[in-house]
Amino acid sequence: MTANEIYEKIKTKFEDAIIEFKPDAVVEPYLEVKPDKIKEICEFLRDEPDLGFDYLMCLSGVDYANGTLGVVYHLYSMKHGHRFVLKVKVPIENPVVQSVESVWKSANWHEREAYDMFGIIFEGHPDLRRILMPYDWPEGSYPLRKDFQVPEFYNGMKVPY
Amino acid sequence: MATFEITTRSIKGDLKTDTMILNMGPQHPSTHGVLRLELVVDGEIIVDVIPHLGYLHRCFEKHAEQMTNYQQVIPYVDRMDYVAAMGNELAYVLAVEKLMGIEVPERVQYIRVIMAELQRIASHLLAIGTYGLDLGAFTPFLWCFREREKILDMFEITCGARLLYNYIWIGGLSHDLPSDFGKKLKDFLKTFPKALKEINDLLTYNKIFIDRTANIGVLPADVAINYGCSGPMLRGSGVKFDLRKNEPYLVYDRFEFDIPVGEGKMGTVGDCWDRYYVRVREMEESLKIIEQAWEQLPAGDVHAAIPKKARPPQGEVYFRTENPRGELGFYIISDGHSSSPFRVKARAPSFVNLSVLPEISKGYMIADLVAILGSVDIVLGEVDR
Repeated sequence: MTANEIYEKIKTKFEDAIIEFKPDAVVEPYLEVKPDKIKEICEFLRDEPDLGFDYLMCLSGVDYANGTLGVVYHLYSMKHGHRFVLKVKVPIENPVVQSVESVWKSANWHEREAYDMFGIIFEGHPDLRRILMPYDWPEGSYPLRKDFQVPEFYNGMKVPY
Repeated sequence: MATFEITTRSIKGDLKTDTMILNMGPQHPSTHGVLRLELVVDGEIIVDVIPHLGYLHRCFEKHAEQMTNYQQVIPYVDRMDYVAAMGNELAYVLAVEKLMGIEVPERVQYIRVIMAELQRIASHLLAIGTYGLDLGAFTPFLWCFREREKILDMFEITCGARLLYNYIWIGGLSHDLPSDFGKKLKDFLKTFPKALKEINDLLTYNKIFIDRTANIGVLPADVAINYGCSGPMLRGSGVKFDLRKNEPYLVYDRFEFDIPVGEGKMGTVGDCWDRYYVRVREMEESLKIIEQAWEQLPAGDVHAAIPKKARPPQGEVYFRTENPRGELGFYIISDGHSSSPFRVKARAPSFVNLSVLPEISKGYMIADLVAILGSVDIVLGEVDR
Protein backbone atom coordinates (compact mmCIF):
# COMPACT_ATOMS: atom_id res chain seq x y z
CA MET A 1 0.00 0.00 0.00
CA THR A 2 1.21 3.50 -0.67
CA ALA A 3 1.46 6.13 2.04
CA ASN A 4 -1.59 7.93 0.64
CA GLU A 5 -3.76 4.84 0.91
CA ILE A 6 -2.57 4.21 4.45
CA TYR A 7 -3.33 7.82 5.31
CA GLU A 8 -6.87 7.51 3.90
CA LYS A 9 -7.45 4.44 6.07
CA ILE A 10 -6.29 6.23 9.19
CA LYS A 11 -8.35 9.28 8.28
CA THR A 12 -11.62 7.40 8.11
CA LYS A 13 -11.10 6.10 11.64
CA PHE A 14 -9.23 8.92 13.42
CA GLU A 15 -10.39 12.07 11.65
CA ASP A 16 -10.00 14.31 14.70
CA ALA A 17 -6.55 12.99 15.73
CA ILE A 18 -4.82 14.10 12.53
CA ILE A 19 -2.80 17.30 12.53
CA GLU A 20 -0.96 17.26 9.23
CA PHE A 21 -0.17 14.90 6.37
CA LYS A 22 2.82 15.74 4.17
CA PRO A 23 2.63 13.60 1.03
CA ASP A 24 5.37 15.58 -0.75
CA ALA A 25 8.04 15.71 2.00
CA VAL A 26 11.62 15.11 0.84
CA VAL A 27 12.30 11.35 0.57
CA GLU A 28 9.29 10.09 2.53
CA PRO A 29 5.74 11.25 3.36
CA TYR A 30 4.79 11.47 7.01
CA LEU A 31 1.71 11.96 9.15
CA GLU A 32 1.58 14.08 12.28
CA VAL A 33 -0.99 13.10 14.89
CA LYS A 34 -2.03 14.15 18.38
CA PRO A 35 0.20 12.74 21.17
CA ASP A 36 -2.74 11.44 23.21
CA LYS A 37 -4.03 9.36 20.30
CA ILE A 38 -0.78 7.75 19.17
CA LYS A 39 -1.30 4.47 21.00
CA GLU A 40 -4.76 3.90 19.56
CA ILE A 41 -3.52 4.69 16.06
CA CYS A 42 -0.54 2.35 16.45
CA GLU A 43 -2.80 -0.43 17.68
CA PHE A 44 -5.03 0.13 14.67
CA LEU A 45 -2.03 0.08 12.32
CA ARG A 46 -0.79 -3.15 13.80
CA ASP A 47 -4.10 -5.02 14.03
CA GLU A 48 -5.83 -4.03 10.77
CA PRO A 49 -5.16 -7.05 8.48
CA ASP A 50 -4.31 -5.13 5.31
CA LEU A 51 -2.05 -2.66 7.14
CA GLY A 52 -0.27 -5.17 9.38
CA PHE A 53 2.51 -2.96 10.77
CA ASP A 54 4.15 -5.54 12.98
CA TYR A 55 7.67 -4.10 13.04
CA LEU A 56 8.79 -0.85 14.65
CA MET A 57 12.00 -0.03 12.79
CA CYS A 58 12.96 3.02 14.74
CA LEU A 59 11.61 5.43 17.32
CA SER A 60 13.50 8.70 17.60
CA GLY A 61 13.19 11.69 19.85
CA VAL A 62 13.84 15.07 18.25
CA ASP A 63 14.32 18.58 19.64
CA TYR A 64 13.06 20.99 17.00
CA ALA A 65 14.80 23.93 18.73
CA ASN A 66 11.62 26.05 18.81
CA GLY A 67 10.26 24.91 22.14
CA THR A 68 8.91 21.70 20.68
CA LEU A 69 9.99 18.13 21.18
CA GLY A 70 8.92 15.35 18.88
CA VAL A 71 8.82 11.61 18.53
CA VAL A 72 9.11 9.96 15.13
CA TYR A 73 7.92 6.41 14.51
CA HIS A 74 9.20 4.46 11.52
CA LEU A 75 6.95 1.49 10.91
CA TYR A 76 7.32 -1.48 8.63
CA SER A 77 5.11 -4.41 7.77
CA MET A 78 6.86 -7.76 7.41
CA LYS A 79 3.74 -9.21 5.84
CA HIS A 80 3.09 -6.59 3.16
CA GLY A 81 6.49 -4.94 2.85
CA HIS A 82 5.26 -1.36 3.13
CA ARG A 83 6.40 1.40 5.47
CA PHE A 84 4.94 4.49 7.09
CA VAL A 85 6.16 7.39 9.20
CA LEU A 86 4.22 8.82 12.14
CA LYS A 87 5.11 11.91 14.13
CA VAL A 88 3.94 13.60 17.29
CA LYS A 89 4.99 16.95 18.66
CA VAL A 90 4.73 18.16 22.25
CA PRO A 91 5.67 21.42 24.02
CA ILE A 92 9.00 21.29 25.87
CA GLU A 93 7.39 22.43 29.15
CA ASN A 94 5.10 19.42 29.29
CA PRO A 95 6.46 16.70 27.01
CA VAL A 96 4.02 13.85 27.57
CA VAL A 97 3.40 11.22 24.88
CA GLN A 98 1.53 7.95 25.13
CA SER A 99 3.81 4.94 25.26
CA VAL A 100 3.54 2.35 22.50
CA GLU A 101 5.46 -0.26 24.49
CA SER A 102 2.34 -2.43 24.71
CA VAL A 103 2.03 -2.36 20.91
CA TRP A 104 5.64 -3.20 20.02
CA LYS A 105 8.06 -4.40 22.69
CA SER A 106 10.96 -2.89 20.76
CA ALA A 107 9.61 0.53 21.76
CA ASN A 108 10.63 -0.17 25.36
CA TRP A 109 14.32 0.65 25.03
CA HIS A 110 13.82 3.25 22.30
CA GLU A 111 11.42 5.16 24.54
CA ARG A 112 13.79 4.90 27.47
CA GLU A 113 16.48 6.36 25.24
CA ALA A 114 14.23 9.22 24.14
CA TYR A 115 13.39 9.90 27.79
CA ASP A 116 17.06 9.76 28.70
CA MET A 117 18.20 12.12 25.95
CA PHE A 118 15.26 14.50 25.59
CA GLY A 119 13.19 14.12 28.74
CA ILE A 120 10.09 13.03 26.88
CA ILE A 121 7.72 11.35 29.32
CA PHE A 122 6.07 8.24 27.91
CA GLU A 123 2.78 7.70 29.68
CA GLY A 124 2.11 4.05 30.41
CA HIS A 125 5.71 2.89 30.00
CA PRO A 126 6.37 0.10 32.53
CA ASP A 127 9.96 1.02 33.35
CA LEU A 128 10.87 4.58 32.39
CA ARG A 129 14.46 4.89 33.66
CA ARG A 130 17.60 6.36 32.17
CA ILE A 131 19.26 3.84 29.88
CA LEU A 132 22.51 5.23 28.46
CA MET A 133 23.35 8.05 30.86
CA PRO A 134 24.47 7.14 34.40
CA TYR A 135 21.72 6.74 36.98
CA ASP A 136 23.17 9.62 39.02
CA TRP A 137 22.97 12.07 36.12
CA PRO A 138 21.28 15.29 37.34
CA GLU A 139 17.52 15.33 37.24
CA GLY A 140 16.18 17.48 34.43
CA SER A 141 19.43 17.46 32.43
CA TYR A 142 18.94 15.96 28.98
CA PRO A 143 22.05 15.87 26.75
CA LEU A 144 20.49 15.86 23.29
CA ARG A 145 18.33 18.91 23.86
CA LYS A 146 19.57 21.83 21.83
CA ASP A 147 19.88 24.09 24.89
CA PHE A 148 22.03 21.57 26.81
CA GLN A 149 25.09 23.00 28.53
CA VAL A 150 28.00 20.72 29.41
CA PRO A 151 28.17 20.81 33.23
CA GLU A 152 31.33 22.24 34.73
CA PHE A 153 31.55 19.54 37.38
CA TYR A 154 30.39 15.95 37.42
CA ASN A 155 30.33 14.23 40.83
CA GLY A 156 32.86 16.74 42.10
CA MET A 157 35.28 16.16 39.21
CA LYS A 158 36.06 19.00 36.82
CA VAL A 159 35.01 18.26 33.25
CA PRO A 160 38.18 18.94 31.22
CA TYR A 161 36.59 20.81 28.29
CA MET B 1 22.18 -29.48 29.10
CA ALA B 2 19.31 -27.64 30.69
CA THR B 3 15.91 -28.59 29.50
CA PHE B 4 12.66 -26.77 29.96
CA GLU B 5 11.08 -29.48 32.15
CA ILE B 6 13.73 -29.31 34.83
CA THR B 7 13.95 -25.56 34.92
CA THR B 8 10.26 -24.74 35.03
CA ARG B 9 9.68 -27.22 37.81
CA SER B 10 12.30 -25.71 40.06
CA ILE B 11 10.98 -22.23 39.46
CA LYS B 12 7.47 -23.28 40.40
CA GLY B 13 8.97 -24.35 43.66
CA ASP B 14 8.85 -28.03 44.44
CA LEU B 15 11.84 -27.07 46.50
CA LYS B 16 11.37 -23.75 48.23
CA THR B 17 14.35 -21.47 47.76
CA ASP B 18 15.01 -17.75 47.92
CA THR B 19 16.14 -15.76 44.94
CA MET B 20 19.49 -14.05 44.95
CA ILE B 21 20.89 -11.14 42.96
CA LEU B 22 24.11 -11.71 41.09
CA ASN B 23 26.06 -9.14 39.13
CA MET B 24 27.57 -10.22 35.84
CA GLY B 25 29.88 -7.60 34.43
CA PRO B 26 30.73 -4.88 33.59
CA GLN B 27 34.16 -6.54 33.55
CA HIS B 28 33.08 -10.05 32.67
CA PRO B 29 34.82 -11.72 29.73
CA SER B 30 31.66 -13.18 28.26
CA THR B 31 29.79 -9.88 28.11
CA HIS B 32 32.06 -8.93 25.18
CA GLY B 33 32.76 -5.48 26.50
CA VAL B 34 31.30 -3.42 29.27
CA LEU B 35 27.80 -4.66 29.86
CA ARG B 36 26.40 -5.25 33.31
CA LEU B 37 23.70 -7.84 33.74
CA GLU B 38 21.82 -7.92 37.01
CA LEU B 39 20.71 -11.52 37.40
CA VAL B 40 17.96 -12.62 39.72
CA VAL B 41 18.75 -16.28 40.27
CA ASP B 42 17.10 -19.15 42.04
CA GLY B 43 20.09 -21.36 42.69
CA GLU B 44 21.54 -21.86 39.21
CA ILE B 45 18.30 -20.94 37.46
CA ILE B 46 17.79 -17.49 36.01
CA VAL B 47 14.54 -15.86 37.12
CA ASP B 48 15.17 -12.46 35.59
CA VAL B 49 17.86 -10.51 33.77
CA ILE B 50 18.10 -6.73 33.95
CA PRO B 51 20.69 -5.29 31.55
CA HIS B 52 22.42 -2.05 32.55
CA LEU B 53 24.12 -0.31 29.66
CA GLY B 54 25.83 2.96 28.96
CA TYR B 55 29.36 2.21 30.18
CA LEU B 56 30.69 3.01 26.71
CA HIS B 57 28.31 5.87 25.98
CA ARG B 58 29.95 8.71 24.05
CA CYS B 59 26.78 10.36 22.79
CA PHE B 60 27.60 9.86 19.15
CA GLU B 61 24.39 11.63 18.20
CA LYS B 62 25.47 14.86 19.92
CA HIS B 63 28.89 14.62 18.28
CA ALA B 64 27.26 14.28 14.88
CA GLU B 65 25.22 17.44 15.42
CA GLN B 66 28.31 19.42 16.34
CA MET B 67 30.46 18.51 13.36
CA THR B 68 30.99 21.22 10.78
CA ASN B 69 29.93 19.02 7.88
CA TYR B 70 28.36 15.69 7.02
CA GLN B 71 31.64 14.13 5.92
CA GLN B 72 33.17 14.56 9.37
CA VAL B 73 30.59 12.26 10.95
CA ILE B 74 31.96 9.21 9.10
CA PRO B 75 34.93 8.49 11.45
CA TYR B 76 32.54 8.64 14.41
CA VAL B 77 30.24 6.19 12.71
CA ASP B 78 33.19 3.80 12.36
CA ARG B 79 33.51 3.64 16.10
CA MET B 80 29.99 2.40 16.69
CA ASP B 81 30.21 -1.20 15.54
CA TYR B 82 33.99 -1.25 15.50
CA VAL B 83 34.31 -4.79 14.17
CA ALA B 84 32.15 -3.95 11.13
CA ALA B 85 33.11 -0.36 10.44
CA MET B 86 32.63 -0.62 6.67
CA GLY B 87 28.98 -1.49 7.18
CA ASN B 88 28.42 1.50 9.41
CA GLU B 89 30.02 3.91 6.96
CA LEU B 90 27.97 2.43 4.18
CA ALA B 91 24.68 2.89 6.02
CA TYR B 92 25.42 6.49 6.98
CA VAL B 93 26.74 7.47 3.57
CA LEU B 94 23.81 5.88 1.76
CA ALA B 95 21.40 7.74 4.03
CA VAL B 96 23.04 11.09 3.27
CA GLU B 97 23.21 10.30 -0.44
CA LYS B 98 19.55 9.39 -0.46
CA LEU B 99 18.69 12.68 1.23
CA MET B 100 20.76 14.58 -1.33
CA GLY B 101 19.53 12.49 -4.25
CA ILE B 102 23.04 11.54 -5.41
CA GLU B 103 23.56 8.59 -7.73
CA VAL B 104 27.11 7.25 -7.44
CA PRO B 105 29.05 5.60 -10.30
CA GLU B 106 28.66 1.86 -10.84
CA ARG B 107 32.24 1.06 -9.96
CA VAL B 108 31.79 2.71 -6.57
CA GLN B 109 28.66 0.68 -5.93
CA TYR B 110 30.43 -2.58 -6.76
CA ILE B 111 33.43 -1.77 -4.60
CA ARG B 112 31.11 -0.88 -1.76
CA VAL B 113 29.37 -4.23 -2.10
CA ILE B 114 32.69 -6.09 -2.08
CA MET B 115 33.86 -4.19 0.99
CA ALA B 116 30.60 -4.65 2.84
CA GLU B 117 30.59 -8.38 2.19
CA LEU B 118 34.24 -8.83 3.14
CA GLN B 119 33.43 -6.96 6.31
CA ARG B 120 30.48 -9.26 6.94
CA ILE B 121 32.75 -12.29 6.70
CA ALA B 122 35.33 -10.69 8.99
CA SER B 123 32.67 -9.75 11.51
CA HIS B 124 31.04 -13.18 11.47
CA LEU B 125 34.43 -14.83 11.87
CA LEU B 126 34.98 -12.79 14.99
CA ALA B 127 31.48 -13.61 16.22
CA ILE B 128 31.98 -17.33 15.69
CA GLY B 129 35.49 -17.40 17.08
CA THR B 130 34.61 -15.59 20.28
CA TYR B 131 31.45 -17.64 20.60
CA GLY B 132 33.55 -20.78 20.63
CA LEU B 133 35.81 -19.10 23.18
CA ASP B 134 32.81 -18.33 25.40
CA LEU B 135 31.90 -21.99 25.41
CA GLY B 136 35.42 -23.23 26.04
CA ALA B 137 36.65 -24.00 22.52
CA PHE B 138 39.91 -22.16 22.08
CA THR B 139 41.26 -23.47 18.78
CA PRO B 140 38.45 -22.26 16.46
CA PHE B 141 39.08 -18.76 17.75
CA LEU B 142 42.65 -18.81 16.45
CA TRP B 143 41.61 -20.35 13.15
CA CYS B 144 38.90 -17.72 12.66
CA PHE B 145 41.36 -14.96 13.41
CA ARG B 146 43.83 -16.35 10.90
CA GLU B 147 41.19 -16.01 8.17
CA ARG B 148 40.01 -12.62 9.43
CA GLU B 149 43.58 -11.40 9.23
CA LYS B 150 43.57 -11.92 5.46
CA ILE B 151 40.55 -9.67 5.10
CA LEU B 152 42.07 -7.00 7.32
CA ASP B 153 45.19 -7.14 5.15
CA MET B 154 43.06 -6.42 2.10
CA PHE B 155 41.46 -3.46 3.88
CA GLU B 156 44.88 -2.24 4.93
CA ILE B 157 46.32 -2.16 1.43
CA THR B 158 43.16 -0.40 0.24
CA CYS B 159 42.83 2.40 2.76
CA GLY B 160 45.68 2.08 5.23
CA ALA B 161 43.59 1.15 8.24
CA ARG B 162 42.80 -2.25 9.66
CA LEU B 163 39.83 -1.54 11.86
CA LEU B 164 38.41 1.97 11.46
CA TYR B 165 38.56 2.82 7.80
CA ASN B 166 36.94 6.12 6.84
CA TYR B 167 36.95 4.60 3.35
CA ILE B 168 33.41 5.05 2.05
CA TRP B 169 32.78 8.73 1.48
CA ILE B 170 29.73 10.71 0.49
CA GLY B 171 29.60 10.50 -3.29
CA GLY B 172 32.45 8.03 -3.67
CA LEU B 173 35.39 6.37 -1.94
CA SER B 174 38.59 7.72 -0.45
CA HIS B 175 40.77 5.57 -2.75
CA ASP B 176 40.35 3.27 -5.68
CA LEU B 177 41.36 -0.37 -5.22
CA PRO B 178 45.14 -0.93 -5.32
CA SER B 179 46.57 -3.05 -8.12
CA ASP B 180 47.37 -6.10 -5.98
CA PHE B 181 43.90 -6.20 -4.40
CA GLY B 182 42.58 -8.56 -7.06
CA LYS B 183 45.27 -11.15 -6.45
CA LYS B 184 44.73 -11.11 -2.70
CA LEU B 185 40.97 -11.35 -3.14
CA LYS B 186 41.25 -14.30 -5.51
CA ASP B 187 43.59 -16.09 -3.11
CA PHE B 188 41.10 -15.52 -0.34
CA LEU B 189 38.15 -16.72 -2.42
CA LYS B 190 40.05 -19.88 -3.22
CA THR B 191 41.25 -20.76 0.28
CA PHE B 192 38.31 -19.60 2.39
CA PRO B 193 35.81 -22.40 1.60
CA LYS B 194 38.38 -24.92 2.81
CA ALA B 195 39.00 -22.96 5.98
CA LEU B 196 35.28 -22.71 6.56
CA LYS B 197 34.95 -26.45 6.27
CA GLU B 198 37.68 -26.89 8.86
CA ILE B 199 35.91 -24.54 11.23
CA ASN B 200 32.67 -26.43 10.66
CA ASP B 201 34.32 -29.75 11.46
CA LEU B 202 35.99 -28.32 14.51
CA LEU B 203 33.14 -26.33 16.05
CA THR B 204 29.77 -26.47 14.29
CA TYR B 205 29.28 -30.23 14.52
CA ASN B 206 31.18 -30.66 17.77
CA LYS B 207 29.09 -32.69 20.22
CA ILE B 208 29.94 -30.54 23.23
CA PHE B 209 29.23 -27.35 21.29
CA ILE B 210 25.85 -28.66 20.14
CA ASP B 211 24.96 -29.70 23.68
CA ARG B 212 25.75 -26.24 24.94
CA THR B 213 23.77 -24.40 22.25
CA ALA B 214 20.91 -26.52 20.90
CA ASN B 215 17.53 -25.91 22.57
CA ILE B 216 19.02 -23.00 24.53
CA GLY B 217 17.65 -19.47 24.35
CA VAL B 218 14.81 -20.28 21.99
CA LEU B 219 13.44 -17.16 20.32
CA PRO B 220 10.10 -17.69 18.53
CA ALA B 221 9.56 -15.76 15.31
CA ASP B 222 6.65 -13.60 16.52
CA VAL B 223 8.59 -12.54 19.62
CA ALA B 224 11.60 -11.70 17.46
CA ILE B 225 9.50 -9.45 15.22
CA ASN B 226 7.74 -7.79 18.14
CA TYR B 227 11.06 -6.99 19.79
CA GLY B 228 12.41 -5.61 16.52
CA CYS B 229 15.18 -8.19 16.20
CA SER B 230 17.04 -8.23 12.91
CA GLY B 231 19.90 -9.89 11.14
CA PRO B 232 20.97 -13.41 12.13
CA MET B 233 18.87 -13.04 15.28
CA LEU B 234 15.68 -12.77 13.22
CA ARG B 235 16.70 -15.23 10.54
CA GLY B 236 17.78 -17.75 13.16
CA SER B 237 14.13 -17.83 14.21
CA GLY B 238 13.13 -18.89 10.72
CA VAL B 239 12.02 -15.52 9.30
CA LYS B 240 13.31 -15.15 5.77
CA PHE B 241 14.02 -11.45 5.88
CA ASP B 242 17.15 -9.80 4.60
CA LEU B 243 17.28 -6.16 3.54
CA ARG B 244 19.68 -7.03 0.72
CA LYS B 245 16.79 -8.98 -0.83
CA ASN B 246 13.67 -7.37 0.63
CA GLU B 247 14.70 -3.73 0.18
CA PRO B 248 17.69 -3.95 -2.18
CA TYR B 249 20.18 -1.08 -2.06
CA LEU B 250 23.38 -0.58 -4.06
CA VAL B 251 23.50 -3.32 -6.72
CA TYR B 252 22.47 -6.26 -4.54
CA ASP B 253 19.57 -7.09 -6.85
CA ARG B 254 22.05 -8.17 -9.55
CA PHE B 255 23.57 -11.00 -7.56
CA GLU B 256 22.34 -14.48 -6.87
CA PHE B 257 22.46 -15.56 -3.26
CA ASP B 258 20.29 -17.29 -0.70
CA ILE B 259 19.06 -16.13 2.66
CA PRO B 260 19.94 -18.80 5.22
CA VAL B 261 17.35 -19.22 7.97
CA GLY B 262 17.24 -21.29 11.12
CA GLU B 263 15.73 -24.72 10.57
CA GLY B 264 16.05 -26.29 13.98
CA LYS B 265 18.51 -28.85 12.69
CA MET B 266 19.95 -29.65 16.12
CA GLY B 267 17.00 -28.74 18.30
CA THR B 268 14.30 -26.09 18.18
CA VAL B 269 13.98 -23.38 15.55
CA GLY B 270 15.42 -20.17 16.94
CA ASP B 271 17.87 -21.64 19.44
CA CYS B 272 21.46 -20.55 19.90
CA TRP B 273 22.81 -23.14 17.48
CA ASP B 274 20.48 -21.89 14.75
CA ARG B 275 21.64 -18.31 15.19
CA TYR B 276 25.23 -19.48 15.12
CA TYR B 277 24.71 -21.59 12.02
CA VAL B 278 22.95 -18.78 10.15
CA ARG B 279 26.18 -16.78 10.55
CA VAL B 280 28.27 -19.64 9.21
CA ARG B 281 26.08 -20.02 6.15
CA GLU B 282 25.89 -16.28 5.58
CA MET B 283 29.64 -16.29 5.08
CA GLU B 284 29.21 -18.76 2.21
CA GLU B 285 26.58 -16.49 0.66
CA SER B 286 28.80 -13.43 1.07
CA LEU B 287 31.52 -15.31 -0.72
CA LYS B 288 29.14 -15.90 -3.64
CA ILE B 289 28.29 -12.20 -3.78
CA ILE B 290 31.95 -11.16 -3.74
CA GLU B 291 32.78 -13.60 -6.55
CA GLN B 292 30.00 -12.24 -8.75
CA ALA B 293 30.76 -8.63 -7.91
CA TRP B 294 34.43 -9.05 -8.72
CA GLU B 295 33.56 -10.59 -12.09
CA GLN B 296 31.18 -7.77 -12.99
CA LEU B 297 33.32 -4.93 -11.58
CA PRO B 298 33.26 -2.12 -14.17
CA ALA B 299 36.06 0.38 -14.76
CA GLY B 300 35.63 4.05 -14.00
CA ASP B 301 36.14 6.87 -11.55
CA VAL B 302 35.48 6.47 -7.84
CA HIS B 303 34.82 10.13 -7.09
CA ALA B 304 31.37 11.27 -8.16
CA ALA B 305 31.05 14.94 -8.86
CA ILE B 306 29.68 16.33 -5.63
CA PRO B 307 30.38 19.65 -3.93
CA LYS B 308 33.16 19.61 -1.33
CA LYS B 309 30.65 20.36 1.38
CA ALA B 310 27.58 18.20 1.32
CA ARG B 311 24.51 20.33 1.97
CA PRO B 312 21.33 18.27 1.69
CA PRO B 313 17.97 19.96 1.13
CA GLN B 314 15.61 20.48 4.04
CA GLY B 315 14.06 17.16 4.86
CA GLU B 316 14.61 13.90 6.60
CA VAL B 317 15.41 10.33 5.75
CA TYR B 318 15.42 6.97 7.44
CA PHE B 319 17.69 4.59 5.60
CA ARG B 320 18.52 1.07 6.70
CA THR B 321 21.03 -1.50 5.54
CA GLU B 322 21.82 -5.07 6.43
CA ASN B 323 24.84 -4.88 8.69
CA PRO B 324 26.45 -8.11 9.95
CA ARG B 325 24.50 -7.73 13.19
CA GLY B 326 21.21 -6.74 11.62
CA GLU B 327 19.33 -3.69 10.50
CA LEU B 328 21.44 -0.59 10.92
CA GLY B 329 19.33 2.48 10.26
CA PHE B 330 20.15 6.16 10.23
CA TYR B 331 17.49 8.78 10.75
CA ILE B 332 18.91 12.07 9.56
CA ILE B 333 17.20 15.45 9.66
CA SER B 334 18.64 18.30 7.62
CA ASP B 335 17.50 21.87 8.22
CA GLY B 336 18.47 22.87 4.69
CA HIS B 337 20.79 25.78 5.41
CA SER B 338 23.55 24.52 7.71
CA SER B 339 26.20 22.07 6.54
CA SER B 340 25.96 19.84 9.60
CA PRO B 341 23.08 17.48 10.37
CA PHE B 342 20.30 18.82 12.59
CA ARG B 343 19.69 15.41 14.11
CA VAL B 344 21.22 11.97 13.54
CA LYS B 345 19.71 8.97 15.20
CA ALA B 346 21.41 5.62 14.80
CA ARG B 347 19.17 2.61 15.11
CA ALA B 348 21.80 0.14 16.17
CA PRO B 349 21.02 -3.54 15.61
CA SER B 350 22.88 -4.69 18.74
CA PHE B 351 20.92 -2.26 20.92
CA VAL B 352 17.60 -3.59 19.72
CA ASN B 353 18.68 -7.24 19.66
CA LEU B 354 19.95 -7.00 23.22
CA SER B 355 16.55 -5.85 24.47
CA VAL B 356 15.17 -9.34 23.87
CA LEU B 357 17.76 -10.95 26.18
CA PRO B 358 15.60 -10.97 29.35
CA GLU B 359 12.82 -12.59 27.37
CA ILE B 360 14.86 -15.51 26.05
CA SER B 361 17.08 -16.26 29.03
CA LYS B 362 14.49 -16.83 31.77
CA GLY B 363 14.47 -20.39 33.06
CA TYR B 364 17.94 -21.33 31.87
CA MET B 365 21.15 -21.83 33.85
CA ILE B 366 23.69 -19.09 34.44
CA ALA B 367 26.17 -20.93 32.22
CA ASP B 368 23.55 -20.95 29.46
CA LEU B 369 23.28 -17.18 29.68
CA VAL B 370 26.86 -16.99 28.42
CA ALA B 371 25.81 -19.06 25.40
CA ILE B 372 22.69 -16.94 24.83
CA LEU B 373 24.51 -13.63 25.10
CA GLY B 374 27.22 -14.87 22.76
CA SER B 375 24.62 -15.91 20.20
CA VAL B 376 23.05 -12.44 20.25
CA ASP B 377 26.48 -11.18 19.19
CA ILE B 378 26.50 -7.67 20.59
CA VAL B 379 29.15 -5.02 20.14
CA LEU B 380 29.02 -2.61 23.03
CA GLY B 381 30.36 0.27 20.99
CA GLU B 382 27.13 0.09 19.08
CA VAL B 383 24.80 -0.68 21.98
CA ASP B 384 25.97 2.38 23.90
CA ARG B 385 26.97 4.53 20.93
